[in-house]
Amino acid sequence: MRSFDAISNCVGMPPIHFPFRPLGAARVHRKVVVVGAGPVGLTLAIDLRLKGLDVTLVDEDDTVSTGSRAICWAKRSLEIFDRLGIVGPMVARGVTWNTGRVFHRDRQVYEFNLQAEAGHAFPAFVNLQQNLVEQMLVDRAETLGVECLWKHRVVGLDVRELPTLAVETPAGPCTIEADWLLACDGARSQIRRLMGLDFKGQVFDDRFLIADVRMSADFPAERWFWFDPPFHPGGSALLHRQADDIWRIDLQLGPDADPVEERKPERVIPRLRAMLGPERPFELDWVSVYTFHRRRLERFRHGRVIFLGDAAHTVSPFGARGGNSGIQDADNLAWKLAAVLKGTSPEPLLDSYDAERGPAADENILNSTRSTDFITPKSGASRRFREAALSLAGDHPFARNLINSGRLSAPSVYRASPLNTADVDVFAGRSSPGSVAPDAPLDDGWLLPRLGGEGFTLLGFGVDIEAPLPSVRLPASGLAAERYDATSGTVYLIRPDQHVAARWRHPTQEGIAAALARAEGAFA
Amino acid sequence: MTRGIERPDDVYEALIELHRGLDEEASRRADARLILLLAAEIGDAETLKRLIAAARKEP
Repeated sequence: MRSFDAISNCVGMPPIHFPFRPLGAARVHRKVVVVGAGPVGLTLAIDLRLKGLDVTLVDEDDTVSTGSRAICWAKRSLEIFDRLGIVGPMVARGVTWNTGRVFHRDRQVYEFNLQAEAGHAFPAFVNLQQNLVEQMLVDRAETLGVECLWKHRVVGLDVRELPTLAVETPAGPCTIEADWLLACDGARSQIRRLMGLDFKGQVFDDRFLIADVRMSADFPAERWFWFDPPFHPGGSALLHRQADDIWRIDLQLGPDADPVEERKPERVIPRLRAMLGPERPFELDWVSVYTFHRRRLERFRHGRVIFLGDAAHTVSPFGARGGNSGIQDADNLAWKLAAVLKGTSPEPLLDSYDAERGPAADENILNSTRSTDFITPKSGASRRFREAALSLAGDHPFARNLINSGRLSAPSVYRASPLNTADVDVFAGRSSPGSVAPDAPLDDGWLLPRLGGEGFTLLGFGVDIEAPLPSVRLPASGLAAERYDATSGTVYLIRPDQHVAARWRHPTQEGIAAALARAEGAFA
Repeated sequence: MTRGIERPDDVYEALIELHRGLDEEASRRADARLILLLAAEIGDAETLKRLIAAARKEP
């Protein structure tokens, strides 16, 4: 996550203020309380609401976020937003991209396409400012009947019995007792602090400048990253296109940069002019200087309090793994909590949230730390190996794979999950238990929207399945069959979050029932 | 298993020659490039990790 040392004001549209609605009682009880109306809390609230639960969303503010925050929404997040019924306007408003370019000094050394394969509903990434995403999520949450408590600031928490929040509001203090408390309140989580939980990790020394600028430019919608460019010698630079002619520029300033001086327009504008050229007009929309951290909670579940997103784990921004991993946290927890609350699964199913998202957090932290180490080498040897990789990359394709300007967010595979049923048959390819079920084009739409969501789905290839579950039948040949390495008779059991739970070449009724019971929480 | 070096004296001489006329920093850069090129020829991650561990060990 980014820690802002200094922030200048946004000159964009004034934000909409959401209505403050007092609870009308000094003490209330709610079943599910989500704290934090950022992208993660909103996604979770919407998902739980779609699953029929009463959800209360608590936020200290009454607007969407301001400033430079997440912009890159990965394919998996788009698939989740699709399931929540909000992806259309996001893709329409955002900037679709698949290609990244890496430059060293004055030449391009590497170009990569994150989605070289055809036949997917969504691109590798859509760039859209976090505040615009939040506005769309808020609209959806309000429409679905999520109880949104704006201007409710959590100041105390008692977890001796049911988690009980002390809240301050413009109409005075109140107390909210919750059956379940879901902390999505970000890197500086108040819930985490009130519970006195350790947030262990590391702070990186280097300071970075973020400038969001408004300009009209016909640069392609791609991710451009420079090592040691002529316009910013010795540092790195990153350029991303966002919606509405806003561009994100990220410049490495080094550990000794003065965060207050560096955000002043008289310092920022010459840096940007050097990058963008003296002729190109632009306007500063937002400037900040930040450092970043990588940290995580040891456990994400603490009884009836569960942590998601930046409240549970933080990473460096290179790789877009912060916001996207938080969305996956919500995707993972929502169906489990819904099943426990409806009484169809035992409570220990919730421990699998930690068992699955803990390793995912480790994977994201590892990837983003390695990117940071490449971008800001900490030793002479590290700097020389980077130079070696960059200088070899032109003539030697292998060296391009070593260049790490950010390993971009991909969904984690829950390889060691207790919900998985191990393969008894031999399969090749990418659809192993724990992985996200791959999408594929069908004659009349896409495969993924037919899988999961409400409950488990059986996906059969060339076979009808008799089971008390919704099932989808596809032919045993074609692109979908290929992506699932399916032959006639192959069956996949897909979880509500569209991850694969089990698969067979020729399943038995007993085999399916056992795998379903395990994935519903009978593992404990 | 380690295959050994064919024509060791030739190869050893070529390694020394690589650095002729280079200052300390340029010499280290050349070493780093060579290490990456050799690593790409070897390819196998376990073998590479074994060799890296061996390089760290002083007799």
